[in-house]
Amino acid sequence: MSRVTLLALQVLVAVVCLVLWQFFASVPVFGKILLPPFFFSNPVDVFAQIVKWFSSGVIWKHLGITLTESILAFVIGSAGGVLIGFWFARQPLVAAVFDPYVKMVNALPRVVLAPIFALWLGLGIWSKVALGVTLVFFIVFFNVYQGVKEVSRTVLDNGRMLGMSERQLMRHVYWPSALSWMFSSLHTSVGFAVVGAVVGEYLGSAAGLGYLIQQAEGIFDVAGVFAGMFVLSAFVILIDFGVTLVERRLLVWRPTASDGRG
Amino acid sequence: MTTPTAVALEDAKVAFRLGDDRVYTAVEKAHLSVAQGEFVAIVGPTGCGKSTLLNVAAGLLKPAAGSVKIFDQPLAGLNPDAGYLFQADALFPWKTALDNVAIGLEIKGTPRAEALPRAQKWLTSVGLGAFAGRYPHMLSGGQRKRVALAQVLIRDPKILLMDEPFGPLDAQTRQVMGNLLLDLWNADRKAVLFVTHDLEEAIALADRVVIMSAGPSSRIIGDWRVTLPRPRDIFEVRLDKEFHALHREIWSVLKDEVMKGYAQSTQAAEAV
Repeated sequence: MSRVTLLALQVLVAVVCLVLWQFFASVPVFGKILLPPFFFSNPVDVFAQIVKWFSSGVIWKHLGITLTESILAFVIGSAGGVLIGFWFARQPLVAAVFDPYVKMVNALPRVVLAPIFALWLGLGIWSKVALGVTLVFFIVFFNVYQGVKEVSRTVLDNGRMLGMSERQLMRHVYWPSALSWMFSSLHTSVGFAVVGAVVGEYLGSAAGLGYLIQQAEGIFDVAGVFAGMFVLSAFVILIDFGVTLVERRLLVWRPTASDGRG
Repeated sequence: MTTPTAVALEDAKVAFRLGDDRVYTAVEKAHLSVAQGEFVAIVGPTGCGKSTLLNVAAGLLKPAAGSVKIFDQPLAGLNPDAGYLFQADALFPWKTALDNVAIGLEIKGTPRAEALPRAQKWLTSVGLGAFAGRYPHMLSGGQRKRVALAQVLIRDPKILLMDEPFGPLDAQTRQVMGNLLLDLWNADRKAVLFVTHDLEEAIALADRVVIMSAGPSSRIIGDWRVTLPRPRDIFEVRLDKEFHALHREIWSVLKDEVMKGYAQSTQAAEAV
């Protein structure tokens, strides 16, 4: 199938869905409106809301806040995950001692931590960052741990036979291997950074996309909720696209960037 | 003899502890010496511990008994004089061919600006001058072996240990690689310990062919000197009369071991 046909079909799906939505929300079928506007709104109103946000410029502030929180959560969570992952992988004893606790914390649904973080860190951005960090940290941690553990035996022996010291092995063998695992989970961890930020905002904040959605919901403004959702997914797709570009640059040496591990 | 001994294994025994307190003896009472500038090939049936012996010479494995001497010095830890060519892919997949070769120098503290042109020269001498920017996965199996060879040789090791290095390659590529190896070796005649399961390859390349018995507890059971003139061409040397006579003689010993090794491996499979 050519690219143009594929694109046309993809657009067609969106158009059909939107037309059906608009139709059932405004035209009575057998004397009944199947998608009552109070519960389902309609595409025209949602679109109008989005336009209003962007034309008045309100949305930028909220997008900016959510983006800041996501980036901070990603950076802090990744840094922690890399450090601890490395440390655990190189010190089996430490890993063995902490193993049950790591599993316990990871098993905990992170949403329940949001009230605690709100209490500790207030309603500003840091409580959201903290929530995102708890999500990102474990993904990066497990991947880096695995990456260091599963360095090919032969490659490691080769490094040793070439005369590498422990430090040089770190730099030329363990580190690149761990990074490649971390990058292969980049999409997931970036996605979770955004989830942490938005959920945190939703549960208590004064700004951000999650706040917008929560506010709209509070006054039964379904168009606002849908508009928030659309802006959010467009935002995530854009970030994901950025991640793909970064990944393509950094993992040129991998056979195919798409054969995802982890 | 006045030439110094590069590698000397004396009464070396290698044993592995299996999970349930049983001990598996891979190699026993191995006596082997490689003189400086000598090319020695070790041949034996699968699972006879040829690679184990090589790992002992490299210092990757410690013998349970006996001694390993490198240039008359007892070996402690890794063998710093040895370059090791692995059977499996051992290149760093995240480095380009050029960086993979240069790393051998960079480790020793050679500045990158100096290491890169020398690495390029080595890539050219293994016939891969135009592939410097490729990552290992973009190269064929034979090309990866060439890069690995350059990676090892750029450090100018005094001893070259090779563990079935051309095993994974197809027959033609193996012969080409064999000739390349001989050409490079001829330039400065390092001591070589070359493990293979291919008797023809062993005779064509080596000065001495050492035969090991089937494992477990395998021993060295034969040692033949190959007097074919050098420089040799692997394609031609196989047509030589002396080559055939030697091949027949060694094979008569090796054949029994191969059958024994085969029988043992099938019995072991049935016992499980």
